Amino acid sequence: MSAVLKLLTSMFSSFKDLVPIILVVGFFEIFILQQAPDHLGSILIGLMFIVLGLTFFVFGLEMGLFPIGESLAEALARKGSVFWLVIFSFSLGFGTTLAEPALTAVANEAAKVAAESGAIANDETSLDDYAMGLRLTVAISVGLAILLGVIRILKGWPIHYIIIGGYVLVMILTSFAPPSIIGIAYDSGGVTTSTITVPLVTALGVGLATVIKGRNPMLDGFGLIAFASLTPMIFVMVYGMIFL
Amino acid sequence: MFYQLLETLLLTARDVVPIAVILFGFQLGVLKRPIPNWRKVALGFVYVIIGLTFFLVGLELALFPIGESMANQLTTPEFLHPDGSLTPFIWQDYLWVYIFAAAIGFSTTIAEPSLIAVAIKANEVSGGTIGIQGLRISVAIGVAFGISLGCFRIVVGDPIHYYIMGGYIIVVIQTFYAPKMIIPLAYDSGGVTTSTVTVPLVAALGLGLATNVEGRNPLIDGFGLIAFASLFPIISVMAYAQIVEYISKRKAAAKQQEEHTDAL
Repeated sequence: MSAVLKLLTSMFSSFKDLVPIILVVGFFEIFILQQAPDHLGSILIGLMFIVLGLTFFVFGLEMGLFPIGESLAEALARKGSVFWLVIFSFSLGFGTTLAEPALTAVANEAAKVAAESGAIANDETSLDDYAMGLRLTVAISVGLAILLGVIRILKGWPIHYIIIGGYVLVMILTSFAPPSIIGIAYDSGGVTTSTITVPLVTALGVGLATVIKGRNPMLDGFGLIAFASLTPMIFVMVYGMIFL
Repeated sequence: MFYQLLETLLLTARDVVPIAVILFGFQLGVLKRPIPNWRKVALGFVYVIIGLTFFLVGLELALFPIGESMANQLTTPEFLHPDGSLTPFIWQDYLWVYIFAAAIGFSTTIAEPSLIAVAIKANEVSGGTIGIQGLRISVAIGVAFGISLGCFRIVVGDPIHYYIMGGYIIVVIQTFYAPKMIIPLAYDSGGVTTSTVTVPLVAALGLGLATNVEGRNPLIDGFGLIAFASLFPIISVMAYAQIVEYISKRKAAAKQQEEHTDAL
């Protein structure tokens, strides 16, 4: 009985994520546009799938991934072996990003657009290759970002010099990268950091800053996500320079 | 649809394998500890895969079409020029697009659970100087303004990097003046706010706009809204901290002044 109740509660909270979108779109359709959205039937089925999917996803994350990920991050931070910590930070960033649903969706969309405008061949294999290439590039760059962020926490480097340096690099690369990759590259920074990555990476950062003496979790614990939103821009542009 | 679900299920399973291997590998290989209640953990992974599958198919069926169809309906000639005049469209004609973009950005951000969690944490760590509501509202304003400006950029067709560069310059200048404590949090707030549900909708909106506005190419102009949505909260969160600091300094100064006059 309590399991059913828990499932219903978590279904309701998944539904709550969609409420603002439904309200805003509904308001515009009824009062401003005075039309119905195209394909209303399949949209309703899709919305139900999203609620169902988010419910299972979050339920599963809280049962499996989060407890083991958080306790691992904490245990490794305490263990004090820099080598394993560095390997773990890279793998965590890489693995969580590959599983990130928003990135999967946007990469598939980007492949479709690239194929329609003739930047890549319009068949299933090249579409899949392009989307997977984008996702692997982003996953590697998030891995490197978390690695760099952990080293920064260990050494206590100030965050803004690295970020500003990163911005400068983004600007330099922008003038060399093909125009068709720039928009996707800039977007990939924001896409990567969502449902799976943020909680695990924040746990790693705050855990580390708490364990190391003389560190303030506010100043040092946050900031990992900022790196993870910056490096994908750089690497995706390099990917575009090589493959487009 | 059944075939689509099955195919997505297989692809999702492939995507989740690396993170499972990493976590179990470190737990068993490096820490040399057994996995606490592994049955539950394994079941959790199965749920994650099932959930992701439904979610991805749902995105394809619902959120992408909603974004596209809104972009489509908000840019039809009949809607832009209801009087039927044939004058070429100027950027002011797309006012409702900007308003829609801002409304979506603000409402999804203010309801975002991970932002609420970050705001509560920031409030604790800052000893109460950073208000929970204040932080949420400033991030939401940043996202709303960012997506709206991004839509304006698609409509006028400016190169994206001028805008992003301008934003970066503001961030760099603010970094030198904003209270130190807020800086990492502000940088993070950019990435945190764009949730799994918002990202596909906003991406579809941008692609739809670039397809429908004359003279725009989806490949070059269609992306970038998410980048705008991640950049502007950095600016608005630092601005919020600067305003809070300024007000409390002025209050302190006024109080001192009062005490000074009292003493006289």
